[in-house]
Amino acid sequence: MKSTAPLFFAFIVGVIVLLSEFIPHSPFNQIVSTLEGWFMIISGFAILLGQISLIRMNTHKIVHKLDNWQYHLAGLISFGLMLTLGLLWGMQETPGILGDAPGIQAWLGQKPFDYLFDNAYLPLSATLFSLLAFFIASAAYRAFIIRGLESNLLMITAIIVIIGRTSIGTMLTGWLPENLQFWHFPNLADFIMEFPNTAAQRAILISAGLGIVGSSLRIILGIERSYLGGDK
Amino acid sequence: MRKTLLCLLFSILISLLMANTFSAEDSPWDDGKSIDLNWELSPMVKKVEICRQNGDEPVRILVTCTDATGSFRDNELQPNNEYHYQLKAYFEDDDLTLRASAQTREQWFYMGKLGFLILLLLLCAAIIYYIQAARHGKEFFIRRIAGLDSMEEAIGRATEKGKPILYVPGISDLDDIQTIASLTILSHLAERAAEYDTEIIVPCRFSMVLSAAKEVVREAYIKVGRLDAYKPDNIFYLTDDQFGFVAGIDGIMLRRKPAANFFMGSFYAESLILAETGFATGAIQTAGTAQAHQLPFFVVTCDYTLIGEELFAASAYLSKDPQQLGSLKGHDFGKLLIILLIIVGVILEIMGISNLKEFIVGAIS
Repeated sequence: MKSTAPLFFAFIVGVIVLLSEFIPHSPFNQIVSTLEGWFMIISGFAILLGQISLIRMNTHKIVHKLDNWQYHLAGLISFGLMLTLGLLWGMQETPGILGDAPGIQAWLGQKPFDYLFDNAYLPLSATLFSLLAFFIASAAYRAFIIRGLESNLLMITAIIVIIGRTSIGTMLTGWLPENLQFWHFPNLADFIMEFPNTAAQRAILISAGLGIVGSSLRIILGIERSYLGGDK
Repeated sequence: MRKTLLCLLFSILISLLMANTFSAEDSPWDDGKSIDLNWELSPMVKKVEICRQNGDEPVRILVTCTDATGSFRDNELQPNNEYHYQLKAYFEDDDLTLRASAQTREQWFYMGKLGFLILLLLLCAAIIYYIQAARHGKEFFIRRIAGLDSMEEAIGRATEKGKPILYVPGISDLDDIQTIASLTILSHLAERAAEYDTEIIVPCRFSMVLSAAKEVVREAYIKVGRLDAYKPDNIFYLTDDQFGFVAGIDGIMLRRKPAANFFMGSFYAESLILAETGFATGAIQTAGTAQAHQLPFFVVTCDYTLIGEELFAASAYLSKDPQQLGSLKGHDFGKLLIILLIIVGVILEIMGISNLKEFIVGAIS
């Protein structure tokens, strides 16, 4: 029963959702929106599991003074602080248990939760995202090292696109006559992005789509069970 | 006589030019939430204004334009309701009001998706056919997928070095099929890790994924009879925040130096940050995603990459189960079908016949 019930529900729900893609009539559309609502409710309850896991893991490391326990303490304090401030004074338009804290707002300019969100969380998040620029540079350097025919082609294509997307490209080949405009760097870059690049991406998307159909069918028919924990 | 006839013809022409019509009809083959409005007015019209009047609801202006002829689809309506529309046409020194009503009706089929349904049915039929053939003992050739064959190598290396394996099941929730595909791979990987007695770390971004991943890994350890080696604390929730999650994983990679990293599932802007950090730690890396925009990053930074469909085929490939392998043959049939459709479509388009394209485009829209 423990393994059959999930398979049964997966089959029923899978078939209903599949049918609703093609049948616009009620009750199919209502059932699908109800199922989506159920998912949201379950997700809401599952958040609690996540918080418990977070507290348990960090507490364990702090209590046993495992390696780098200080980081876990910092994480736990940050979590507790944001949670407390959010509960006590709310955020944005939503009041907390103690109301809107006009006194603190007059001092900080906004609610404590929003103050920390804007001045600590957002800069930290942006800092991590900005690392991407450096990672792209180092990854591109490795990708463009000439090793064989493929990496040669990759490098040539990349150079055309990079030059074509900057003002240097316009400067370098701007003098070309009208009948040779195809070889103008920005036009070449556009051609590469619009045709070979799009064609390759579409091929990947089509094959991924086929994979999704096959995978979904295996799950609906109960052939694929490893996502439930047990293999076939 | 001729003069009278000419006058008659002229007056008919004028009346045709001046004919003002306005109609409202339920949009065909839909979910009963839209009405099509069409109008044809005299070319002398200066301004057209269409509004909806429905019971006690306030009058809502839908269209304001200067087109004498046009159409508009009024969306987001309630099914099986009657709606009343009013068109006001402003002329040089006069104005005209026309009214029309229509009832929204739910249909039993999206006709625009007929082509899609046919393709889907063909594909499903092929997959089921190959699964049945595999059940009856037919063996199929399945091409090697290097990224999956390397799994043993990665686990072996982690075992030799006495270092853990890091498995990231993507950054999407459980409602993304890529996450489900990732969990099926995790199941096989956890089995191998349990056999080799190698630690496996699974940080999760969503609580639902955490619950499923915990269950998957636990069952895998039970399956190989190593429940004693199962460490539930190694499968944990980090944070819902995208870059917070990445920062957490980067920290794990730098501090614990896993010997093998697996990034399987749905990834977005964080893919390169993860994979480059993993590369810097010297771990053997395998990635798999169906996000076409993230694939180049993984190809550059990882030792092996599962591209698109390979992610979904991974579980079947790893299970070595003939039925599941049979379903992979169905994918190949789908690819063949798509290739044929593309070739036929290109030929027809060159010949100036657009029926196939329209049929497929209708299916997609």
